[in-house]
Amino acid sequence: MNPMIPNPYIIQKVKKETQDVFTVELIPAEGEQKFSFGAGQFNMLYIFGTGEVPISISGDPNKSDVLIHTTRTVGTVTKAMSKLKTGDTIGVRGPYGSTWPVKEAIGNDVVIIAGGIGLAPLRTVIYEILRERESYGRIAILYGTRTPEDILFKRELEKLKSRLDLDVQVTVDRAARGWNGNVGVVTTLIPRARFDPKNTTAMICGPEIMMKYSISELMKSGLSAEKIFLSMERNMKCGVGFCGHCQYGPEFICKDGPVFSYKKIKHLFGKREI
Amino acid sequence: MESLEKILQQHPFIQGLAPEHVQLIVGCAKNAVFEAGKFLFKEDEEAGEFYILRSGKVSLEIYTPEYGPVAIQTVGEGDILGWSWLIPPYFWRMDGRAIETTRAISLDGKCLRGKCEKDPKLGYELMKRLANVFEQRLNAMRLQLLDIYSIKVPNKK
Repeated sequence: MNPMIPNPYIIQKVKKETQDVFTVELIPAEGEQKFSFGAGQFNMLYIFGTGEVPISISGDPNKSDVLIHTTRTVGTVTKAMSKLKTGDTIGVRGPYGSTWPVKEAIGNDVVIIAGGIGLAPLRTVIYEILRERESYGRIAILYGTRTPEDILFKRELEKLKSRLDLDVQVTVDRAARGWNGNVGVVTTLIPRARFDPKNTTAMICGPEIMMKYSISELMKSGLSAEKIFLSMERNMKCGVGFCGHCQYGPEFICKDGPVFSYKKIKHLFGKREI
Repeated sequence: MESLEKILQQHPFIQGLAPEHVQLIVGCAKNAVFEAGKFLFKEDEEAGEFYILRSGKVSLEIYTPEYGPVAIQTVGEGDILGWSWLIPPYFWRMDGRAIETTRAISLDGKCLRGKCEKDPKLGYELMKRLANVFEQRLNAMRLQLLDIYSIKVPNKK
């Protein structure tokens, strides 16, 4: 099968999450094929006549009958995508890329750190971990975004926050009075989270500068580089390592990533030239 | 009930200080509780204290005539709150409002300043620890200023 040919999918639902973020639910246009993917993987979504973009999968990896993507309206393709309606057709190639170390983290405490739209690919991890909650130690979900209006998956976060077996902390960069949650960057939540640094897996997704500061804070807490995982982003075109657009040193983000252990890319991370 | 001395000794801000210095600090400390909505301090008031927060959450706010109070940062359990007691003219630069019932150890700034003047070793130790707090807050504030979740990328080349 040619990996460059997209499969047609039908839009089942479009949901506006925040002012500039939306979720699309897709079902295969032909037959009842299942779509299996791992937490952290992405698809190339093709808007016919406009273009193709890589978008992380944000749905439950154990529900293979519907494909869920959450994205932000930032460019021509996502703008066109946000205008699609139920019943419209979209092209899908994938799933591509590496996955979060959900299985490897069994027995460990887990710290999930998300910034802005970075919560979308990490939601797949939350689904996976909660399915086998008893297999993990303490779980902290730390989420930072711009304002209270920009909080993604608000209802789900509220539900998670009410659970006694999770530590869910949300912070915003700015808020008017009336907001009784945290104000400040997501890194300020890290020292407040409870975890055993010798036995913790951390997974981070968000703007690179936010990941950089989060890594520094985690390492200050005693976590080692091999226990920290992050999802990297670069301009991807083919999604399968042919074109080289997303080359990151010796790695291709689309094929070797997007999820990397910090240990693997430590020598590249934050380098201005790369 | 744990004594103030024991609680202070276990806090990272105090840990590692010489026992005689811990004693000097304990002499300036007392417990404090602030119900949700109460102000710990208000901008332009004399900064007589600083706080080691034991539980709860405090919103640091700056009042603006156009938008009312704007929250700048939230501090919570384990955090050190306030350094205006150390820097002349010793006035708070913002409001501190409890948004949850907040328990803290309140340290008398004037009392501590006096002890630091008499014992420069204690003063230096406290200054080093406070410098760490300054650095953390400054770094967090820098990141906050970047507005990293915004779509607009300033002058990207």
